[in-house]
Amino acid sequence: MENRLIEVKNLYRYYSKQCAVNNVNFSLNKGEILGFLGLNGAGKSTTMQMIAGNLAPSSGEIFISGIDLKEQPKDAKMRLGFLPEQPPLYHELSVDEYLTYCAKLHRIATSKVKSAVDTAKQRCGLGQTGQRLINNLSKGYKQRVGIAQAIIHSPEVIILDEPTVGLDPVQIMEIRKLITELGQEHGVILSTHILPEVQATCTHVQVIHQGQLIFNAQVSQLQTNIDNVQDYVLGFRSPPKLKELLELNGVIHAELEASGKFRCHFENNQPEVLSYIMQTSLNRDWELIEMTPKQQSLEQIFVDLVSGNDAKVLMQKDRE
Amino acid sequence: MIVIIALKELRSLFLSPLAWVILAVIQLLLGYLFLEIGLGTYPLRQNGVNGVTDLLIAPMYGDAAIILLLVSPLITMRLISEEKRNKTLNLLLSAPVSITEIILGKYLGILLFFVVMLALISLMPLSLWVSGTALDWGRLLACLLAVMLLLSAFAAIGLYLSTLTEQPTIAGVTTFGALLLLWIIDWAAGSAEYASGLFAWISILNHYDALLQGLFRSDDVIYYLLIDVGFLGLSIRHLDNHRLQA
Repeated sequence: MENRLIEVKNLYRYYSKQCAVNNVNFSLNKGEILGFLGLNGAGKSTTMQMIAGNLAPSSGEIFISGIDLKEQPKDAKMRLGFLPEQPPLYHELSVDEYLTYCAKLHRIATSKVKSAVDTAKQRCGLGQTGQRLINNLSKGYKQRVGIAQAIIHSPEVIILDEPTVGLDPVQIMEIRKLITELGQEHGVILSTHILPEVQATCTHVQVIHQGQLIFNAQVSQLQTNIDNVQDYVLGFRSPPKLKELLELNGVIHAELEASGKFRCHFENNQPEVLSYIMQTSLNRDWELIEMTPKQQSLEQIFVDLVSGNDAKVLMQKDRE
Repeated sequence: MIVIIALKELRSLFLSPLAWVILAVIQLLLGYLFLEIGLGTYPLRQNGVNGVTDLLIAPMYGDAAIILLLVSPLITMRLISEEKRNKTLNLLLSAPVSITEIILGKYLGILLFFVVMLALISLMPLSLWVSGTALDWGRLLACLLAVMLLLSAFAAIGLYLSTLTEQPTIAGVTTFGALLLLWIIDWAAGSAEYASGLFAWISILNHYDALLQGLFRSDDVIYYLLIDVGFLGLSIRHLDNHRLQA
């Protein structure tokens, strides 16, 4: 309990009559990076803004490190760094001026402001840009300044709303590395549309759809599910009849995909099935030339989830 | 925290050309008026009827009020509305700062700017003193107090109207309308017999003139403080509601 950085209970948010966030519950512990997925307008940003104190929930409770955001907003917000969808930058200031202002706003002692600014700049790769006006920076650098702003007071909880939007591939790699780094000492929530990003950086993933959390799992667990491949494409030079394939031990389902190619669903990912098929192919002169595992990608899971397939029932797990 | 926000506000003002242009234009206009009033009063001063403060300085501050009424909406309009539009308000809202601190910080920032503006304007009467004219210091201080109270009311009204919209221009126009209405509302009191004295009391001009005459009445000061506190309170409330509705 003492490591619980965020706790969200029965969170609701209405925009006039429309319910944008509907009974959301989750928690985040120290050392976790939570990827927040959802279609446009699913309620990601609204939820994040509520946790960051920018929006008041219609009902429900939010605790940051055990502190009630509603009752003691200042204490809670001191432990919080937030990068909104659009980085909150003052374009007339230089990077140094801006970060200094942010540091002071977050009540960093005057003597420590400079080192805090330097550390944040260095972490976000802004070393050379201190004197430049934010207005003149490219989009990627503006985004970095936005991230620097969120981590300047090394908060316990960091909330990043689409942090890698507009960055080039190298920068994306760097930011992912930074997020992984931050995740070790802090708790991070990030929302994104880029699914491989979740696989690359997050320890947990949750999907919000039409205001409701419909999926919540550990990425490592997901990975085992993904790695546990049961679907293969088999290619033969002199293909057998479909019927012959289906009669083999361990093949549950098979269908002809293209000439000489079959899509098969195996009983289990046991190497025995694979080696048995290879052996049979040799014995019967089928000339096996291809054996491609068909991984179930996160993308597929996601699409299945939001389009309401039964994958939802299969995959839904409670983290508790 | 209030001071940090105020200094940032002041800095941002001076980083935009608008503040400099406004200061320059005001200085030019008032310089011209000062000269013109000064030349006009020269014969009167020869007769030794009144002091220079009465003839020259108080009227100058009287004219200044009209120019400030035209100009102050331009300065206050951006205060909150631009932060809303550029989404920088999020930074303040997720920082450990209360809404009251945000509003008071912004207000103080504008007041500091107005102090700078007033100091520049006051260089003109002071130039008389430097060149050896005797000034009525009490009267001058009353004038300064009057302008500062007036500006504080302008700032409070402008700040409130700026919290209402995302468009700085709309905030500017409504502020200008509100200030002008307060200015001319006593015309109703003057023209019709049935109009109550309330209109005269609401009018921002009456309270200003009394102070310019060197007449310090607590109800004038209370009038301005009421406007300040009232509109600051409304601003805080509105910004707090913003989190609920947005």
